[in-house]
Amino acid sequence: MTRRPLFVALLAMLAVVTAACGPNQPADDDDDGQGAPAGSPGGTQAAAEVSGELFAFGFSYENGDTIAKSRVDVFTEANPDVDVQFSESGFEAQPFLAALQSGDPPDVVNIPRNILGSYINRGVLQPLDDCLAQQGMDTGIFREAALSQTQVDGTTYALPEFFNTRLWIINNAAFEEAGLDAATFDFSDWDAIAEANQQLLQVEGSTINRIGIDPKIPEFFEMWVRANGAQIISEDGRESLLEDPAVAEALEYTVGLVEAHGSAAAFTDFRNTWDFFGANNQVAADQIGAWPMEQWYLNVLAENSPEAEITGVPFVTQEGDITTISDGNSWAIVEGTDNPDAACAFVTTMVATDTWIASAEARQAEREEEGLPFTGTYTANSEADDIIFGEMVDLSDTPAFQDAVDAVLESQDSAFAFPPSPAGEEFTQALQDAVNAALTGEDPAAALQAADEEAQAAIDAAAE
Amino acid sequence: MTAQSAAAPRRRGRWTADERRQALWALLFISPWILGFVVFTAGPMLWSFWLSFTDYDPLLAFRGRETQFVGIDNYTRLAQDPRIPLSLWNTFYFTILYVPLCTAFGLGLALLLNRVGGRSAGFFRTAFYLPNMTPAVAVGTLFLLLLNGQNGLLNQVLRVFGISGPSWLNDPEWIKNGIVIMMLWSIGGTVVILFAALRNVPNELYEAARIDGAGAWKQLMNITVPMISGALFFTVVINTIASLQLFTEVYTMFYGAQQGQSAASDREALFYVIYLFRNAFEFFQMGYASAMAWLLFAVIMIITFIQIRLSKRWVYYEGE
Repeated sequence: MTRRPLFVALLAMLAVVTAACGPNQPADDDDDGQGAPAGSPGGTQAAAEVSGELFAFGFSYENGDTIAKSRVDVFTEANPDVDVQFSESGFEAQPFLAALQSGDPPDVVNIPRNILGSYINRGVLQPLDDCLAQQGMDTGIFREAALSQTQVDGTTYALPEFFNTRLWIINNAAFEEAGLDAATFDFSDWDAIAEANQQLLQVEGSTINRIGIDPKIPEFFEMWVRANGAQIISEDGRESLLEDPAVAEALEYTVGLVEAHGSAAAFTDFRNTWDFFGANNQVAADQIGAWPMEQWYLNVLAENSPEAEITGVPFVTQEGDITTISDGNSWAIVEGTDNPDAACAFVTTMVATDTWIASAEARQAEREEEGLPFTGTYTANSEADDIIFGEMVDLSDTPAFQDAVDAVLESQDSAFAFPPSPAGEEFTQALQDAVNAALTGEDPAAALQAADEEAQAAIDAAAE
Repeated sequence: MTAQSAAAPRRRGRWTADERRQALWALLFISPWILGFVVFTAGPMLWSFWLSFTDYDPLLAFRGRETQFVGIDNYTRLAQDPRIPLSLWNTFYFTILYVPLCTAFGLGLALLLNRVGGRSAGFFRTAFYLPNMTPAVAVGTLFLLLLNGQNGLLNQVLRVFGISGPSWLNDPEWIKNGIVIMMLWSIGGTVVILFAALRNVPNELYEAARIDGAGAWKQLMNITVPMISGALFFTVVINTIASLQLFTEVYTMFYGAQQGQSAASDREALFYVIYLFRNAFEFFQMGYASAMAWLLFAVIMIITFIQIRLSKRWVYYEGE
């Protein structure tokens, strides 16, 4: 064999390697990785003036429901020159990190509000104040609890999307059988809850047939802490308050509700047998007395077991004041976007009042076609909610669900939210560890003390 | 020219033009592998070694913040982090239980397969290997149902024999054992390797043993095991390494979307690689996670080295 074919082959391989490296190069050689500064001049944000490509991470259009699709449609119809692509998946930290490191980061991201703090603290998200000013969007339309999760030091970094809250859902049949009145039961009285738990639960040996009261810990533990007059973290998210004796008291109480069923292991095993999203769900199958739950579950019950009788009442403190945790996703612009104008137009459109109304109308039409009632959409935009629940939702044929929806709406103004802590993930993990340790037999106060130290260390390290 | 002079070794360090050309071609043909190794294995390993001495945070790096060299801080932290001994213990416990069981069950199934002839042989080989084709995430989800303490299939079967099964997914005492059971479902790879080794054991050895009056057990221990000891050693080594790196199935069962569903899992199902992943991708402490990765690398190296040293006492290679 001569040298020429060898040389040609080496050249060909070099070409293949070079080509393979191509897509990893930054799209713009001048891009310093920082992208355009916040509020960079982009002219007006009038719909007709934005164009180009836009990549949205943490959102699926293809697999999205009517509410998701119709809102995107509102944007694309108003901005036909913008080519919007989606990651077609929910938010996950690992692929998001990979996308950021790719040299061509996403333009916008749909991200849970509970973890926003870590990303804001690291400067990954662009401040939106200039964008909001350009779009003429008033943040006053957003619910306070939701907005508080998206702001640090008065600067808005994301726009809240949905607004999930919790309420007590009561299985009327179980309450009636136990001689309790679902309509008048006092959930501010913790002794009464513990007593009702004993009356409602059904245990045969090591087999549980019905849970009395499920406190839903560790997920909703923070609500029980609020109900006991305390907080788990300071308003600015920089001080762990887990060492507060009132927190330990709430933990001891809620663990007691679970242990009344035998053990946390048996309790969880039984709960995991439920047909949660099916017609034979835990209410229809009489497997629970009452539990705090996200409001969207009312829709699941209405659709799958409309005959099951429930009562929905707000979660209350021991003083009788309504309280509930709120959470949901939000839309933010990623620092380094090369299309800040379109990104701004997109995030504001996705949460605008008109967009929500258009999506609610689309869902209402869809439900009418299916012969099902429209139960509403709980958004973080109170202006939109007023129209949706004031003018569009009509559940007069199912008064129990109407009452439950009213309880949700009644709770919304009393909602609180986890603040944008620089170490939100670590804090949540430490708290969850403590609750789980208590559920598996550790002393609640000792578990919380250890969690407090760990959480504070993580916050301090992240805030450096 | 004599045959001897033709076969005489060339002088050291001197390559003929033809040899050089051949070497270049050889290099060219293996260059895709070399390139892949450098780009996807050696490069990331060296990069992670460097990261383990820094405070690298991928989000801050994205914003242009310079990564700081922190010396051996990350390694010092490993010694102080209470979750490191916990996650290492969980991982070792699993490995110590899983590897011998996997080898024993794998050998047992391979022996059974070796006795099956005719058309059904192909069916059984496929059936035993099929679980390996199931995605790990699906296996994790499936076993959430099978191992449920109240109405899972496993406990229902145990109830038939009058045994009240434990809470495999929620009882701190039983979680790791439940994970071992789940992983034993996917031993098809081990079965196939041992089955292939069994097929190579000469029949004459068994015939001679039978003539000498050796029973089945003696044949197994004195012929089968020594003759397939190379394959056994290989499966023990790769299963040990895989066990020490256990991640997907357990993460699917107890973390991610399932986070918080089992009170005991935060401690009992915290395997080393899961904790590493959480530090890297949930807490963004990539420097610390890299130090964790190198500690695991060292642990695997030491265990594998010990296994190789011990193998000299029991592994028989036909060519030696």
